[in-house]
Amino acid sequence: MSEPTKQRHLLQGNEAIVEGALTAGCRFFAGYPITPASEIAEQLSIKLPAVNGTFIQMEDEIASIGAIIGASLAGVKSMTATSGPGFSLMQENLGFACVAEVPCVIVNVMRGGPSTGLPTSPAQGDVQMARWGTHGDHSIVVLAVSTVMDSFTITVKAFNIAEKYRVPVILLSDEVVAHTRECVELPDTSEIKVVDRIRPSVPPDWYKPYEGDARGVAPMAAFGDGYRHHVTGLIHDIMGFPTQKPGEVEEFHLRQTKKITRGFPDIQMTKGYFLDDAETFVIAYGAVARSALRAVQDAREAGIKVGLLQLITLFPFPRRTVAPLLGQCRSVLIPEMNLGQMSREIQRVNQGSCNVVKYNRIDGKFITPREIYGQLIKL
Amino acid sequence: MPIPAQALRHKYLRHNKKFPHVWCPGCGNGIVMGALLRAIYRLDIDQDDIVLASGIGCSGRMPTYLDFNTLHTTHGRALTFATGVKLARPELNVVAIMGDGDATAIGGNHFIHAARRNLNLTAIIINNSIYGMTGGQYSPTTPFGSKSTTSVYGHIEHAFSIAELAVTAGASFVSRATVYHADLLDRLIEQAIEKRGFAVVEVISNCHVQYGRRNKLGGAVDMLKRFKEQSVTVSRAAKMSPEELEGKTTIGVLVDRDLPISTEEYKKVRQKASTLKEKL
Repeated sequence: MSEPTKQRHLLQGNEAIVEGALTAGCRFFAGYPITPASEIAEQLSIKLPAVNGTFIQMEDEIASIGAIIGASLAGVKSMTATSGPGFSLMQENLGFACVAEVPCVIVNVMRGGPSTGLPTSPAQGDVQMARWGTHGDHSIVVLAVSTVMDSFTITVKAFNIAEKYRVPVILLSDEVVAHTRECVELPDTSEIKVVDRIRPSVPPDWYKPYEGDARGVAPMAAFGDGYRHHVTGLIHDIMGFPTQKPGEVEEFHLRQTKKITRGFPDIQMTKGYFLDDAETFVIAYGAVARSALRAVQDAREAGIKVGLLQLITLFPFPRRTVAPLLGQCRSVLIPEMNLGQMSREIQRVNQGSCNVVKYNRIDGKFITPREIYGQLIKL
Repeated sequence: MPIPAQALRHKYLRHNKKFPHVWCPGCGNGIVMGALLRAIYRLDIDQDDIVLASGIGCSGRMPTYLDFNTLHTTHGRALTFATGVKLARPELNVVAIMGDGDATAIGGNHFIHAARRNLNLTAIIINNSIYGMTGGQYSPTTPFGSKSTTSVYGHIEHAFSIAELAVTAGASFVSRATVYHADLLDRLIEQAIEKRGFAVVEVISNCHVQYGRRNKLGGAVDMLKRFKEQSVTVSRAAKMSPEELEGKTTIGVLVDRDLPISTEEYKKVRQKASTLKEKL
């Protein structure tokens, strides 16, 4: 009997993130127990040592993100996973990863907040924290998964973006996706594109650890590879040493922002459904996008010309995709499990060109297809 | 054999980094930096194989000047980054350099857990009893009754001993010196780097600008003389009564024990996991 190329698995979202991470080449995980993200740590504690990787449970989430930054600087693809309270603790070192341009993936399986909040209930309340949580001006990549399959493929993409652009990437999941079990066909590893960071090609004496190429990205040497260099959370010049010269400081900020926000299509990901002739449409992300898809399909069957734009990348906001759609439609519905964190962003881009309707739940309950359908027929 | 200072300067100071450093004249940090370099020189470790991590504060600036793989992390977090580096590349010598507030206030949790975890890391803590860089606020090691910018009426909290904390938390090697005892400091840092397991060197240092001045302890030289008078070696301390030891600082190796190292233990975990790999 020949081996099937595609294997079918019954996985929950958290497990699919683990599979995605391992496929992408993640070989280091540091984390701290927290609901509803703990399965990621548990699974990786079993699987990482089997592939010569390393798992460690740290004393808190501050230490967890510190450890993954350290491992990444030593040349190993790294990840941590947490939920709201832990993500709050990570904000300081997240800024370090931004400033020092350290590739890593931070998974936040969102639960109800603020504070201890609703630990076992779904929410999407951390969207703007993911964007603005760490202090100071910075740009950041935030991705959201909506299904178990997404949890696999988008995790691979999160690592690829992190490596290609030398940035931390925040992967937002939520309690619904994390704990839903679905049958998925994982692609053969040979079919998956895995990106590794660019290493310096010059001799160590010539190496400038923070001199960007045309994309604004600098080659990255690992500690121990002979390219002795300095890594700091202070604003630094292209050699990595602290600077306060206004010209160098401004250049530093602009390069870091441009490399993320210039609009590279592999960073700004969306998925469209029935958009071509849509008169109204839904913009959704995370678990809510799957309810929205079902509602849109039902509405199409009932003859309503409605489409769905699923945001995979929340930040940098995929303006180039969203703005034209807002211009061609009558109304847009934005269902979210928060008080309107992405709708702010959409209203900003919309500038009054179409009617923006929010639909929000903050009671710890998931937004169902029926609710979205009910809103759609009113548009 | 004495090491020519010029050789150290040429070999280990960064030529492309603009000096002078940020430290005040007479600061103990330079003595610690010298001791660290002499230890590395004697041990003949390749510069590419050393990672020097620091936190925030005056001590945090040390890696900037030195030609190793250097990592200036966030306040209190040097050991967390160092843990990641060490686990990812166990063959590297990873040294964390921290201050007292850095390692035992904001980073206190990381410090005790790093000691408990017993990775093969070296932790050097420069204890000057004050937050120097931010202007002289009290730290976890500021003595009771002392004056600082946040205890102008006299400090009402008790200081704790960093070295004893490390012993209790389970470090393999714990030692203490002062910046007066530079020769001892050289040897302790050398031993700590060589030690397999979590190794701590607490260095009692002077901040005459922010601490000495407010507490009428004189300048740098006066403070160093005081360190000389206050210190007793571990062997002498063993023969002294608790009353005699009041106000004294014990210097030397406090603990040197062989414990399982987590990087070594993890190799066993990998072996067990790889036998299960087929099932995964």
